[in-house]
Amino acid sequence: MSHVDTKKASGTLGGAGQKLLAFASLIGLILAFSVLSENFRTISNMMNILQATSVIGLLAVSATIVIITGGIDLSVGTAMTFTAVTAGMLLTWLHLPIPLGVIGAIVVGALTGLISGAFIAKMRIPPFIATLGMMLVLKGLSLILTGTKPIYFNDSPGFTSIAQGSIIGALVPAFPVPNGVLILFLVAAAVAYILGRTVLGRYTYALGSNEEAARLSGVNVDGWKMAIYALAGAVTGIAGIVLAARLNSAQPALGQGYELEAIAAVVIGGTSLSGGRGTILGTLIGALIMSVMTNGLRILSVAPEWQIVATGAIIIGAVYADSLRKK
Amino acid sequence: MGWGAKMADLIHMRGIDKSFPGVRALRGVNFDLRAGEVHALMGENGAGKSTLMKILSGVYQPDAGSILVDGTAQRINGPRAAQALGIAIIHQELMLMRDLTVAQNIFIGREKRNRFGVLDEAWLNSAAAAIFAQMQVTIDPRARVADLSVAQAQMVEIAKALSYKSRALIMDEPTAALNAKEVAELFAIVSTLRAEGVGIVYISHRMDEIRLISDRVTVMRDGALVGTVAAAETPIEQIISMMVGREISDARPIIPNLEGAAKALEVRNLSRGRAVRDVSFDLKQGEILGFAGLMGAGRTELARLIFGADQRDGGDILVNGQPARIDTPADAVRHGIGYLSEDRKHLGLALGMDVRANIGLAAMANFTDAFGRIDERALNKVAADYIARLTIRTPSDTQEVRLLSGGNQQKVVIAKWLLRDCDILIFDEPTRGIDVGAKSEIYSLIQGLAAEGKAIIVISSELPEVLRLSHRIAVMCEGRLTGILPAEAAQEEIMALATQRAPVAGVAA
Repeated sequence: MSHVDTKKASGTLGGAGQKLLAFASLIGLILAFSVLSENFRTISNMMNILQATSVIGLLAVSATIVIITGGIDLSVGTAMTFTAVTAGMLLTWLHLPIPLGVIGAIVVGALTGLISGAFIAKMRIPPFIATLGMMLVLKGLSLILTGTKPIYFNDSPGFTSIAQGSIIGALVPAFPVPNGVLILFLVAAAVAYILGRTVLGRYTYALGSNEEAARLSGVNVDGWKMAIYALAGAVTGIAGIVLAARLNSAQPALGQGYELEAIAAVVIGGTSLSGGRGTILGTLIGALIMSVMTNGLRILSVAPEWQIVATGAIIIGAVYADSLRKK
Repeated sequence: MGWGAKMADLIHMRGIDKSFPGVRALRGVNFDLRAGEVHALMGENGAGKSTLMKILSGVYQPDAGSILVDGTAQRINGPRAAQALGIAIIHQELMLMRDLTVAQNIFIGREKRNRFGVLDEAWLNSAAAAIFAQMQVTIDPRARVADLSVAQAQMVEIAKALSYKSRALIMDEPTAALNAKEVAELFAIVSTLRAEGVGIVYISHRMDEIRLISDRVTVMRDGALVGTVAAAETPIEQIISMMVGREISDARPIIPNLEGAAKALEVRNLSRGRAVRDVSFDLKQGEILGFAGLMGAGRTELARLIFGADQRDGGDILVNGQPARIDTPADAVRHGIGYLSEDRKHLGLALGMDVRANIGLAAMANFTDAFGRIDERALNKVAADYIARLTIRTPSDTQEVRLLSGGNQQKVVIAKWLLRDCDILIFDEPTRGIDVGAKSEIYSLIQGLAAEGKAIIVISSELPEVLRLSHRIAVMCEGRLTGILPAEAAQEEIMALATQRAPVAGVAA
């Protein structure tokens, strides 16, 4: 039918256009807050913003991968907590060296993704339901394993520097970018490379674009889908490490709610919830918009309640602007 | 030459059976394909052509029967197995990933990559370009499929099939959305492939095409094989009668005298982008106006404009001589216009609800009191009336609609709109997915409604259907109304109008 003609523009321009729009909004926000407050436009506040973006940014990168397939992952928040708890058990309880704790958390993160992926691909449970279930299961397990108490990393000196130290600052003292932020950008670059240049990434877009067509082309759709969810889970595991390092503890009650912020960042960044389109760069911009907004409003002493309202308005505005342009 | 022909036989399908819940789709079907032939597979919608070819290409598994490739029995248990045997299919609904590029689509599942999974995009693009060069078409391998025309997307599908080194290529209605020039290009490619020894199964409804390019014709009807004939030696009339099981010439409507009838609907210069361009026509009470055209000609889009489902760029609609402001479907319904979508299951019915609820769905206001309570007794009575009047075959009025046959589902949709007192009914592909027996019932139902004075538009891609029902035949091409013909128009006249592209400015047509 002629939908093919009428929808022509949306496929290509949608992602890039939204990204441009999002980037312009980010610059606009930064300029506006800089004019309104001199406390906003300091290097140290910029570092605060970046630090605040690191965990949500990593989760948003994870969520982007899944959303491009046309799926959704509601479990990223509590899965992150679960991987932080895993690191706590390995390092504090079992006294393993830090690298093993880090690797363990990432592997467990990948496993949670793999399990969600298997529910979705093999048992044909819709992603929303499968990951909603996983969200609760992982939340419960985190509380059970820790006896609802935080695990502190006081016995693993140096662990906190994974997020709080600054390798860049050691080299360029004027620019003390926290390690957590460095990790975010490194992971984002790696995932962007995987999505753009590898077969795993190709199938991520193919599944979101037309899963049936991929299946009929002989692509092992189920297998790749599980691999994609596992990759997203590994990124969630990295977020868990960075969070634990920032807090010097694994907080089992934390995590729920992060998934919605992550998804919001993805959407603001121009990734289509119907799949097939989206970029990691867009998601980073989306995550930064949210933290700049929160930080700026706080510096202007706007009540936290209104900060929440503003975030909601931004999400709706961003998606509405996108749909307007597509018409 | 008996042996020679046998040697060249590429594929034998023997005694293929296939059932789906509630439908016996194929019954003991035999089908052969030789290397270097174009073998047309014909039959009405629902005859089982696509199902048979989906079995050959590994999409479905047969319940019984065998498939021999090069004389060896094969189990084709998936698309990949079919690819390995050199069997490729171009599905009727193009199976492309719109967000990926042309080259990425062609080589999906077979990307050249190193051991870390890193893709060689340059190789992909040059390999795709090589295939297009061989096909003598110019398509940028780096273009996104979403930006291609339907014809170009079709070429991408063919390129994809060729990239498998296919020896058997199945094309399911490949020209449905193409214009005359594009069809000619496609046929040139088909001829080249045939000369190279590729066996081609060609599914199409278009008689002229079949005569032009096919060597043999196999006709199916109601899931069974009717026969295989040589294309050159068989008159078209014989093929048509094999398809429908009767001569088509006796199936023309009796044209009522509408001279004194009032105009129910007047459409003036209706436009929407490239889909509908400056369309004007009148429709009288009691008249059935058929809309013929190729896929993508803009007929559904026109119907949606009249119904207010899409925003129009310009133009006016008059109902019963009065200008009507129709911006939403609710406006259209208020003016007595009903639209029966081609996609009955998604847009016409609440499948999980029962017959009674579906009939009443669009007219619930008639059955509710001021507190929103439903008058069940009145609803039951009205539903029972319509079930009887339209002979809807259902065990009871509380049967879920999804359990009814396609023909009876369509009747439920018709009942729904009649209940809204719609005097103008737009039927979009009214018999799609409905079996042959039920079709004629739907036809007489539509004719009966016209006789009652309803004004009716019938959009159909099946020319025999248009010819059988229409009092006048409107033909569209690329969004323009290219002509309105009398009922006795010949198929050739309709096809000529359906492929009549807009003259290029400054060039005499």
